[in-house]
Amino acid sequence: MSLLTIEGLQAGYGERSVLHDIDLAISERKIQVVLGANGAGKTTLLRAISGTTTRSGTIMFDGKRIDRLSARKVVASGVAHVPQGRGTFADLTVDENIRLGAYLRSSAEARQDRERWLTYFPRLQERLSQQAGSLSGGEQQMLAIARALMLRPRLLLLDEPSLGLAPIITQSLFKTLAAIREETGMTMLIVEQSANLALEVADSGVVLESGRIVLRDSAQNLAGNDEVRRIYLGYE
Amino acid sequence: MTLFANQLIDGLADGAIYASLALALVFSYRSTGIVNFAQGEMAMLSAYVTWQLMAWGLPLIPAALISIVLSFIAGALLYASIVKPLSHASLLTVVSVLIGLYLALNSLAGFLWTYTIKALPSLFPKAHLQLGSFSVSAETAGIIAVVGVVLLLLYLLFETTKVGLAMRGAASTPDSAVLVGVSVPVMLLIGWGIAAALGALSGILVAPKVFLNPTMMFGVIIYAFAAATLGGFDSVVGAVVGGLLVGIVENLVGTYIPWIGPDLKIIVALVLIFGTLLIKPDGLFGRKKVVRL
Repeated sequence: MSLLTIEGLQAGYGERSVLHDIDLAISERKIQVVLGANGAGKTTLLRAISGTTTRSGTIMFDGKRIDRLSARKVVASGVAHVPQGRGTFADLTVDENIRLGAYLRSSAEARQDRERWLTYFPRLQERLSQQAGSLSGGEQQMLAIARALMLRPRLLLLDEPSLGLAPIITQSLFKTLAAIREETGMTMLIVEQSANLALEVADSGVVLESGRIVLRDSAQNLAGNDEVRRIYLGYE
Repeated sequence: MTLFANQLIDGLADGAIYASLALALVFSYRSTGIVNFAQGEMAMLSAYVTWQLMAWGLPLIPAALISIVLSFIAGALLYASIVKPLSHASLLTVVSVLIGLYLALNSLAGFLWTYTIKALPSLFPKAHLQLGSFSVSAETAGIIAVVGVVLLLLYLLFETTKVGLAMRGAASTPDSAVLVGVSVPVMLLIGWGIAAALGALSGILVAPKVFLNPTMMFGVIIYAFAAATLGGFDSVVGAVVGGLLVGIVENLVGTYIPWIGPDLKIIVALVLIFGTLLIKPDGLFGRKKVVRL
């Protein structure tokens, strides 16, 4: 049973259409990666799901249509979106960012979860009272993910988590994501340019080109696919 | 020495009034990036509403409280009806509209209540508190106390409650606030409401000192602008410190520099605005945003 099913999705910004006729399904507890060049529509796909851009078509999440819901309602239904560039609250402290992530939940639950996620991100624990804007890129990414997890989402959308990070930090970030999936069974849709690391943790993937899905396969097959290797993994 | 101490205390009381109006400016600025030029005129209308409620037979304190609540609602309505629809308009458009609102509210007050001055009684008794060698009027002490309590309540709202945190988040990064489920327009609505309520408080506190008339906030808003500029337009602490400093400096200069005196002391505000913009444009507590990529 798919947790998220997308059929005939069109999306864009105002008059400009970016995505054309996208069909996509993600099963529960799976990690799917979306590969594609700059401008292929990867970010737009995530924004269409989370309701932060105009879209048409059918998006079913957990058996309910969410394509007509406002972004807030989509969030409330259990979809957390970590936007590109992380979108942390730069003026607020790390702790306040995390607490604000649990805005829609009871304080008692939030306190429990806060402890739990901080064990995944010990660096944040050390910087709880620091302003989020002063964190390093990797720490901000951790904070953005921790904040999204505070919603206790069933689906986590991650937009280029590796952007601007050193390879070694990206590696540990993906390890953490894999561990979180192991423990919580959270479903994830990850947009990435850093394809090899993403494919290592993913179950399946799709390749977007000019707003259309041109390839879909298991992560293993994609990592072995000559064309994908040439274009996205840097092998000649 | 007693003169100096008295001027200092009086300065603090004036400063507390400027601080509450400066805070109103800072709240609307922080939440929407808009300087509400009509803030002072809204405060003036709030003072008139208090007067009107008293004329209809209400005692002063209930009249003032009702006026503050009505002002909160008016501020929220202003956001919903004018500011939000203009959120994508150019800065010049917004400034023009707010200056238009300034003139409209000013004329509205003149139309409804005429330009003849009226007396709004002080919230505090005419007594004096004797503290050793110098005495403080109950009004001065009362203003400082009331504004102090209001500041404490605001601090508790923003630092300890979920709504307060959400309001700060919505003001800081609205796109992300949506993604954690915060309704940004509702938070901004509350922010503009609080701003108008703070303005109302300043209007009601200052009216007994300057008499009720449609231009009564002209001087006060200039001092409030000086306070917000000095403190930093995006800083809540700055608005309070700026307000108190402006109040004290204004009183001391008016007393000790004879050629300035009470008549010219509004120049102090203008010099402060000019000096701050020249030397430290972000103000004492305003900060340049630190963003790492």
